[in-house]
Amino acid sequence: MSRVATTILAAATAVIGLAGGAAADDKAVVVGGQCDRTGPTQIVGVVICPAIQDYIDLINSKGGVEGYKITYNELDNEYKVPQAVEEYERQKQMGAVSMLIYGTPQTQALNQKLTEDKIPGTSPGFGISASSDGKRYPYLFPIAATYWSQGAAAVQFIKDKLGGSLKGKKIAYVYYDNPAGHEPLPILDDLQKLEGFELRSFAVPPPGVEMGAQVIDIAQRYRPDFVIDHLFGRSPSVAIKEYKRAGYPLSKVIGLVWASAENDIKAAGGWEAAEGYHTLQFAGAGDDYPVRQEIKAMYKAQGKEPPATMDDTVIYNRGLLDAALHVEAIRNAIKANGGKKPTGEEVKNGFEQIHDFTLSGLVPPLKITPEDHEGGGWVQIFQAHDGKFVKETEWFRAYPEVVAAAVKKAE
Amino acid sequence: MFHREAGVFKTTYAADMALYPLPIAKWAVAAFAGLFIVIVPLTVDEYYVSILNLILIAVVGALGLNILTGYTGQISIGHGAFMSVGAYTAANLVVRLGAPFWITIPAGGLMAALIGAVVGVPSLRIKGIYLAIATLAAQLIIEWTINHVPAISGGVQASIQVPRPSLFGFQLKTQTELYLFLMFFAVLAIVATANLVRSRIGRAFVAVRDQDIAAEIIGINIFRYKLVAFALSSFYAGVTGVLYTYYLGIANYEQFQLPVSIDYLAMIIIGGLGSILGSIFGAVFVTLLPIATRWFLESFGALVFQQSDLANMIPNLRLILFGGLIIFFLVVEPEGLNRLWRNIRNYFRVWPFSY
Repeated sequence: MSRVATTILAAATAVIGLAGGAAADDKAVVVGGQCDRTGPTQIVGVVICPAIQDYIDLINSKGGVEGYKITYNELDNEYKVPQAVEEYERQKQMGAVSMLIYGTPQTQALNQKLTEDKIPGTSPGFGISASSDGKRYPYLFPIAATYWSQGAAAVQFIKDKLGGSLKGKKIAYVYYDNPAGHEPLPILDDLQKLEGFELRSFAVPPPGVEMGAQVIDIAQRYRPDFVIDHLFGRSPSVAIKEYKRAGYPLSKVIGLVWASAENDIKAAGGWEAAEGYHTLQFAGAGDDYPVRQEIKAMYKAQGKEPPATMDDTVIYNRGLLDAALHVEAIRNAIKANGGKKPTGEEVKNGFEQIHDFTLSGLVPPLKITPEDHEGGGWVQIFQAHDGKFVKETEWFRAYPEVVAAAVKKAE
Repeated sequence: MFHREAGVFKTTYAADMALYPLPIAKWAVAAFAGLFIVIVPLTVDEYYVSILNLILIAVVGALGLNILTGYTGQISIGHGAFMSVGAYTAANLVVRLGAPFWITIPAGGLMAALIGAVVGVPSLRIKGIYLAIATLAAQLIIEWTINHVPAISGGVQASIQVPRPSLFGFQLKTQTELYLFLMFFAVLAIVATANLVRSRIGRAFVAVRDQDIAAEIIGINIFRYKLVAFALSSFYAGVTGVLYTYYLGIANYEQFQLPVSIDYLAMIIIGGLGSILGSIFGAVFVTLLPIATRWFLESFGALVFQQSDLANMIPNLRLILFGGLIIFFLVVEPEGLNRLWRNIRNYFRVWPFSY
């Protein structure tokens, strides 16, 4: 009986502790993160969420940022907008000075609130392409190549692969039929006129696990010189399988960022099946980055094995990029205000000072400014080869003037 | 709501139809109104107000679906799509014509009602689960149309940003201001539904639900009333969509996809089909349950598990607990929370004499 009583007492203390714990700690900076370990995007979430947590733990284990610990709160919105709004308000109440947003509709729903509450939010690799315009979207930071920059970079890569000219070439664009899937279309249209290639788009209706017809159409009827895959979730792996079956060479397929992870390769039947597939990345892929070794060392020091999620380097490294840029922004903010605890507005200014922060090559040479919240739109292309992703290009950006014109037009 | 009468003394139809069966009911309603309209906005923290806001929006939508499914007996799984119709109608009016909310809200509702009435046409020929599939088709067609017609969706992103509503030049921005704005429409929806179901139309709906052939024989025009039910229900859905749009500052069809329709169906089934209080209970339950289970797991999970494991466990356990609790409440009372509430009331009505 007394054990039950102790348990109840302990539980009650925990509840009170939780209620009281909301009061802000003077030496801790709160960062809010939404991250979906459940719901339709969990294939990404189960890797990216622990990655963010690991990076914050690493920073805290090294003494934090300029004397401040980082308190990271993660909430799962199941890719639902009302839940995302509720969680945003909760993290705002906790005193979060910056937020990691998750999902395109969620980014759109929270954009106005971020500006009203003066809290910077990041949406790497998704969200609103036009939000690279910092004047119009002051508190939203894509921090990585938007869908527009990704589309432009894919065309540039294809141009280089096909010998420097796209005149008269045929490119197929296979996309998931939702707003995020449509997003690169205006840029591809502009480039089509500029470069003189022929573009045909093939929509894959959600949930995207059935695309035999589209792939047969591409491989046997349209026969393009190159294919751009813009797919999400389970569909990239289905696409790889279908190209294989239809006999279309994977070395003539490039996947945009959400069609580019180790998980997709595995689900498609392994590295042998996907040999030659090109992938576009906004964070470096692979294990050869010092920060990953530091995280492994941190786990070893705790007497634990590094988690298996680290093997999905593509998605894991993106989590590191997102978390690292938040930490850098907070660092800049604390430096700028003379060691005080930063406010959301100061962290926003901190984001706008990020440049030459590359984490030994994992992060592209971003230069975020008050005008450019995308930081340049850098990408790197990797190819599936011999059981891993092999780097094909250095960091590059393509057609910045075409993308800039589209951003301007979106006003 | 919180009254006990000593017996049934009604001798006229008017007394039977009265909104307030006893004078004390009036006081109870007034007390509730005072609590939620005066005390809550003054005292409650912004975060909790934001939860209430989501509930208020859900109440309007759940009432609408209950008119159709609960009162008239026509299953619809296209409710989310009707919301998106309202949302995009309002967003286009705001962006293109600068219309204020007192035009966009009825306009969004009317447009949704029009589409809803068209979708309701098959209900004359098909019933039950077959009708559900017909409305499912409507959900998919509307989603596709918005996604692919830039004139409606405002571009490839299929989202239109809308400024917050303003009243006499004063823009409603904070959660508390928006709370009062949403509360006005939620109350309007509740009062309208309460009056609808005790009117001729409401009784016709119930007759159609209970036995449509009998209803036809006693002279109810089934086709007309089914379409009216579809139109009214879609009107509520349209208004819900507009309220979402104003609350979030954006119209985006991805907020109104199939799972949302299912969520609303879950609300009225858990809350209680064919009851106003049930719609409110359902909206509260489905909105609060994920938040409450997460809060519970965060508080008590830390006693047993490590924080890093907990981060992985909470989202998954939450889904399991959410599903489990829905089954639990439905097994305990298949007719919903409203029935559960009435059972409790009836017990205390004669308490301490149990029979």
